[in-house]
Parts: sequence; structure tokens; C-alpha cells
Amino acid sequence: MVKAIGKIFAKIGFIWDKIKYALSHNFIFRSSSNYWTFFSFIKIKITNKRRQSIIGLSFIMIWIIGYLIFALYPIFYSLYLSFFKVKLDGANLNMTFLGIDNFKAAFLYDPYFVEILVGYIIEILINVPITIVFALIIALLINQDIKGKGIWRTIFFLPVIIISGPVIGELMRQGATTLPSIREYDLIRMVLNNINPGIAAPIQSLFDTILLVLWFAGIQILIFLAGLQKIDREIYEASMVDGAGPWASFWKITLPSIKPLISVAIIYTVVSMSVFSLNRVIIYIRNVMLGESTDALINGYGYSAAISWIYFIVMVLIILIFVGLMSIRKKART
Amino acid sequence: MRRLIRSLKEIFSLLIKKEFAHAGIKTKRLFMGVKFTDGLIYKTLIYALLFSFGYVYLYPILYIVTNSFMTMEDIIDAGIKWIPSSLNFENYRLVLVELDYFKSLLDAFYLASVPALSATVSSAIIGYGFARFNFPLKKLLFVLMLMTFIIPPQITMLPMFRMFSKYQLLGSIKAFVFPAILGQGLNGALFILIFYQFFRMIPKSLDESAQLDGATPFQVFTRIYIPLAIPSIIIVFLFSFVWYYNETYLSGLYLRGSDLLSLPLKLEQYINNYTSIYPEGSQARELMQAVKLAGNVLTLLPLLILYFFTQKRFVESIDRTGITGE
Repeated sequence: MVKAIGKIFAKIGFIWDKIKYALSHNFIFRSSSNYWTFFSFIKIKITNKRRQSIIGLSFIMIWIIGYLIFALYPIFYSLYLSFFKVKLDGANLNMTFLGIDNFKAAFLYDPYFVEILVGYIIEILINVPITIVFALIIALLINQDIKGKGIWRTIFFLPVIIISGPVIGELMRQGATTLPSIREYDLIRMVLNNINPGIAAPIQSLFDTILLVLWFAGIQILIFLAGLQKIDREIYEASMVDGAGPWASFWKITLPSIKPLISVAIIYTVVSMSVFSLNRVIIYIRNVMLGESTDALINGYGYSAAISWIYFIVMVLIILIFVGLMSIRKKART
Repeated sequence: MRRLIRSLKEIFSLLIKKEFAHAGIKTKRLFMGVKFTDGLIYKTLIYALLFSFGYVYLYPILYIVTNSFMTMEDIIDAGIKWIPSSLNFENYRLVLVELDYFKSLLDAFYLASVPALSATVSSAIIGYGFARFNFPLKKLLFVLMLMTFIIPPQITMLPMFRMFSKYQLLGSIKAFVFPAILGQGLNGALFILIFYQFFRMIPKSLDESAQLDGATPFQVFTRIYIPLAIPSIIIVFLFSFVWYYNETYLSGLYLRGSDLLSLPLKLEQYINNYTSIYPEGSQARELMQAVKLAGNVLTLLPLLILYFFTQKRFVESIDRTGITGE
């Protein structure tokens, strides 16, 4: 297989060479080893540095083109649309300038959006730390000297191939992502019944979503595991000689050394939870865009562009808050 | 296990010899270990945690597999929770026939593998460019590249939908291939990062000697670096394939109303058609639950098979992004 792929690329390389020859030996542009000539009279000396950057840029070129077409242009176009009332008129867009009315409507007029958005924010703020903690615990467990490491890793990484798919939606609808057995324990039920409902409700909902939250931890487990394996074993041995138990060495060695990874894992978690296809906000955005609401004020392309921008800004703010919290604690400690 | 039995034997023999103090030390060592982490208490704790987490992780999969075999009576019967009363393949037969499973599967593979392949090729080229060359604004471009990861598809979805409909790319696989071939596919930034990290690790002397032998930069890339990068290529392709296979949010938008539907979408459509025939709460609808689950198992099955054969590659992937810092 290696050879086959190599051969394919070798063939492409051959075609590439032909094209390159045609491109570099014509009357507009001619290249020799030290000079580039345009129209036979503009000569540019090619230094090694210049050549490097030109070759580099030509490798990057496909990304730059893709970025302009599929990232930069859509971003600004949707920002532009968000200031308009857009009506579909056949294939054309019929636009009326609204200023920031779309954004105002999202917060003041729309009966659903703020509620859904607040629900999302609370969910993220609760679930992200839980995901991170569980991912860390599982990574620590797998990193121990245990039997069947490969099997455990296979199990804990399995959700990654499921969570991105539609099966998860079916599981949620069927109630398979809640763990019924947890709530069937009398002890837990008793505790839940006897404490303040204000505290009980979040715990209750935590039980209902715990599985989903755990399933989000697949990649994060790998991130932490990779980090843990990079820590030098000798440090642990040295600390053990000095009398540190596993508890102390976790807080003093393990946690500080994987701290940068926690920020990475947080960003990944927030992003993957935010673009998760069953997230209520993004379902709402798509419904608005497809015009499923009857209310003309909160419908259509313009409004959906506006709320997706609000959503994006909220998401970035959440990431900044989490990463900010991480760095504050770091400063306090040193 | 053998060690446990041996140390238990030792302790008993000491007890028989009435050397209680010695036996006490041995017992303590058995439970607490020399440095606690090798004691029995610690080991039990670790395995207990592993098994309970493992159960939580596998629970939904067990649930869909067992429930997909249930008949209508089994679903209604409250006494049957886990094990169906008989092995009933009717649900699977329904899905296989009604969904035209094997043709849909081929479609789904086509829809996933072509964009995944284009994403792999493009991210290898882009990652190589970022890793090996210096050019003006490199840092800025790299940061912009990483930023694309956090931009939610909701923002770019609408303009892209307009653009695709303008150039008549809707309802065809091109709507996924074009962004992928230009490095903007699903999670493209992550893949570029994997290749970037890989190509950066290889010593530069390798391509310098090739250049002295007269190889062009592109030849150096295809003949020297690509063969070296095969493991990374496989990882990126697998991930990309899984993500494209599972993708329903964008494909639901871009492929609406076309014949080319991914398997998950087709299942959804079929279920919707089926449920709309029957009224709410009727028995046929209850049965649909099991059929739906059977459909989901069949949707998931190719991925699961793929995963069990290639799980090592998946697990390697994070090491290769190099986010752990080299």
C-alpha cells in the first residue's frame, strides 16, 4: 500500500513537472537559476530566502484560496446579512437595511432565543468542568499499571465515533443516555428528595446527562493520556523517595505538568459541545434560516445570521472565561 | 492474581508458624503495598473505577443492540428490559429491505470517502507548507488557520448555501469536496495541525541532500515526505471519514431533496415517513422504536467494524498533533 500511494504521487509529480516547465518557460515569465524575468526586461534576483518563501506560499496557496472563499467571505457576508431584512425573491435576495434591529429583536422580541441561549450557557458552564475532570480521572486510570490497557482505551475512545453521528440523537430520544440504574438507588433518591429543590434540580439533570457528558470526553482523554505519558517517571520516583504519596504527587507533579493541556481540552470541549448537532441553539438557528417560524420579524436569512453571530460571540466569551480562569490560578500559585 | 495467591499462602504459613508480627507486616504489605500504589486496596479501587466507567460508556451501545431485537410485545411488556424474549430479526429485515441498505451503504461510503480523501491530500500539502518553509505573514496565517476550528458552521452555513445554490453544487458531493480540497473541510484545522507537527519533526538535512541531487520542492515532498507520512495519512483519513460519515447537519442542508443521501439521513427520512402514517400512541409506532434502533445499529456497524480494526491508529492520533508539546 505504501508503494502504491508513493507511485500515485510520483505520477502526479511527473504531471506537475510538465506544467511547471510550461509555466516557467514562456514569454511573460521566465525563470533561470538566479533571476526571474518578466516580459524579457524586468529582472528580479532570486535569493535563497525569497525562493523559500515563494515555494512555501505556493504550498499554502490552496489553503489561502479556500480560506478566502469558504471562511472569510462567508463570515463577512453573514455579518453583512445580519444587518438586513432578507426576503427571498425567486433566486434573488431582496434586502432592506435594518441596522441593529435583528440583534435587538433577538433579545427583546424573540420569545425563544434568549431562553435557549441561557440554557446553553448554563449547560456549558456546568458540563465542561465535569467533562474535563472525568477525562482526567479516566486518563489517570488508564495510565496506571493495569491489565488490558488496549481494551480499556478502545472502550473509552469508542464514543468519539458515535458522538458525532445521528445515532446519539436516537439514543437521547429513547432515554438511553440517562442512567436509570443510578436513580433507582434508594440512597440517592432519598438524598435528592430531602435537600433543597434548588440544589436537587441541577444534580438531577446532571444524572440525566452524565452519560452524554462522559461521552464527550473521548478526545480529551487522549489529550491527557498523551500528556501523562510524557511526564518523566524519574520525577515520581524522586518524589517518592522524599516521602510523597500518590495524592501529593498528583497535585505537585501531575497536575502542573499537564496544565497547558487542560486549556486545550477546554477549548476542544467547548467547541465540540457548541457545534454538536443536537445542541438546541444550532437547531433553532437552522430552523429560523429555513423559515420555519411564522413570525416575520424573527425569520429568514438576516435574522438567522444575526443570532448565529450572537451565538459565536457567546461561545468565544465562554472560551475566554475558562482560559482566563486557568491562567489566573497559575499566576496566583507562582 | 498469581502474586495475590502466593502472598496469601505466605501469610497463612506464617500464621500457622505463629509468627504473628511477621504475618501482620506481610498482610499490611499485601493491602497497602510497598508504596501504596502497588497494594491490593489501590488495585481494587482502580479496577472498580475502570469497570464502572466502562459500564457507563458501553451502556447505550448495549441498550440499542438488545432493544433492536425486540418484538412489539417485548417493548410493551414492562417486565422485559434487557433481554428480548426471542431473537427477532424482523426489525433488521425491515431496515435491510426498506432502506435498500447495501446500496445506501455504498452511497454513504462514497459520500464520506471522497471528501475525506480530498481533505487528507490538501491538509498534507498545507501542513507541509507551514512546517517547512518560512514566508512573510506565516505566523498570522497559521493563527488564522487555527481560528477556523472555533468558527461554528452556523455562521458560514448560510452564505455557503447561497454560494452552492448559485453555482449549482447543491445536492451533489461537490458541495463537500470543494471545501475539503481547499483545506476547509470538517475539522480541517485539526488535520493540518497533525501534518504540520509531523513534517516539522523530520530533520531538514533529508530534503537538503535530495535538493542537491536535483529534486524540485514538489518532488521532495512527494517522493520523500509522503512515504514517511503514511501513518499520519491513515490517521487523518480515518478521522475525516468517520466525521464525514456521521455528518448530518450540513448534509441535511446541502443534499436536501437529492437522491444522494447518506445512510443516517436516509434512515431519518424513512422513519419520518413511516411515523407520519400511524397516529400518535398506536402500536405500530411503538414498534418503530425497535426498527429505528435496528436501523441505527446498522448505520453504526460499519464504523464500529472500522474502529475495531484500526483503533490503534485512532488512539495514536493525539500524540501526532503534538499539542502535548515537544
